[in-house]
Amino acid sequence: MTNAQLNRFKDKAFQAFGLFCTFFGLIVLAIFLLDILKEGLARLDWDFLTSLPSRRAARAGILTAWAGTLWILVMTALIAIPLGVAAGIYLEEYGKKTRMASFLEINIANLAGVPSIIYGLLGLELFVRQLQLGGSLLAGALTLSLLVLPIIIVTTREAIKAVPKSLREASFALGASKWQTIRMQVLPAATGGIMTGIILSLSRAVGEAAPLIVIGALAYVPFVPEGPMDEFTVLPIQIFNWVSRPQEAFLINAAAAIIVLLCITFMLNGIAVYLRYRQQKKVKW
Amino acid sequence: MSKNYKLEAKDVNAFYGGFHALKNINLALEEKAVTAFIGPSGCGKSTFLRLFNRMNDYIEGFRLEGKVLLDNKDIYQKSVQVDELRKAVGMVFQKPNPFPKSIFENVVYGLRIQGISKKGILEEAAESSLKQAALWNEVKDNLHKSALALSGGQQQRLCIARALAIEPSVLLMDEPASALDPISTSKIEELIYTLKDRYSIVIVTHNMQQAGRVSDYTAFFLSGELVEHAKTKALFTSPQDTRTQNYITGRFG
Repeated sequence: MTNAQLNRFKDKAFQAFGLFCTFFGLIVLAIFLLDILKEGLARLDWDFLTSLPSRRAARAGILTAWAGTLWILVMTALIAIPLGVAAGIYLEEYGKKTRMASFLEINIANLAGVPSIIYGLLGLELFVRQLQLGGSLLAGALTLSLLVLPIIIVTTREAIKAVPKSLREASFALGASKWQTIRMQVLPAATGGIMTGIILSLSRAVGEAAPLIVIGALAYVPFVPEGPMDEFTVLPIQIFNWVSRPQEAFLINAAAAIIVLLCITFMLNGIAVYLRYRQQKKVKW
Repeated sequence: MSKNYKLEAKDVNAFYGGFHALKNINLALEEKAVTAFIGPSGCGKSTFLRLFNRMNDYIEGFRLEGKVLLDNKDIYQKSVQVDELRKAVGMVFQKPNPFPKSIFENVVYGLRIQGISKKGILEEAAESSLKQAALWNEVKDNLHKSALALSGGQQQRLCIARALAIEPSVLLMDEPASALDPISTSKIEELIYTLKDRYSIVIVTHNMQQAGRVSDYTAFFLSGELVEHAKTKALFTSPQDTRTQNYITGRFG
């Protein structure tokens, strides 16, 4: 084989390898989805979505679980978005680039990689015990807020960093203050990126079971939460609970609940993808 | 002091970290005249220009020694509010940088951030500044179209209109035509010529012909030093310094 032939062969070989790698993940995911759909889809009906949990698999529903998930989602968003975005703006626009700042920066990036169960333990000590919030929605939302804050801060900073300097200079040169420049130029230009980060972090929060189990969210909650101090459960915990039962019927319930959970996260991810697309294309509403 | 200058730099030294960007510069600029700063890339002329509206304040590690005066007042004193200063000293940048908003909103941005929201006032200001920037006739029917849809030359004139809307007395221009085609460039030059009746203009340019065409005075910078400052005609016809002569005859730079 000549050198050129060898190079062409290597090129082809890598292409084939890349194709295999691409499809490997997709195929595994597809098998998983098909399996879940086959098991759970028949179980999924209106009653399943609107029934309270029960010891009898056929009568059990996920009303409390998805209501809890929704509560957690909204409350986490309300807590984490203002904190995360404001911290991101501060670090990027106001924070001086001192040694302390870069120390903070590294630590925030590290926080994004801390296992979620550790956040659960922190939440247990801080919110459940010290602040005596108990196993309430508020304690759960605060714990998940800690979990997603670093992600929101980091993506906010990235989005702000991507706003061209010329836009800031134009605003400053016309006599705008820093805050006016941020509010009227930087944030509107960065919104797409910030929103994408927020939604992806929330879709991570929605899928978490471990930290919530640690702070004492219950698997069996016979009522829909009505306020932030109520006890709650969420879909991942309900799924975890059903999967650990020996009876076949509960496994089918779990599969059906998984479909619902996947729908929620796919929807969130879909919104994120759309926002990114809109930002790239600069499509206006 | 025998004479009142519009802008003055006294014993100005500027540093970026350890880099000495401007060296002991003394320069006084006349009111309602066009002064051109020329010199090769990296000679400090843009840095010097940006001292007059304190745009260097945002640069990490920037340090200034000496005094910069506007109407005989030190603009780097603690008591000076930077936003007030920038209402008096407008700036146009090298690359047109309109906001991603409508033409109208671009022009009135400087007024809006001052809290002015009366429609009548804003519309009047928009019309008069667009007319001054020789853009009115081209955009008057499309004021609410996006500014990004304009051509580069139109965008730059929009940026000039935007700067004029807050009624500054000084207009700083940092190579305003270097990103434009020759026709747009000549439009900007004509504009500068008409604007000098009302504004004191400082223009940084790479283009010596441009400096010759539009300016009354020219200052030549080299490696952070002010080599020569004189009436434009005098500087181009009988430069006092051999470095100036070498530069304007194209021997380097």
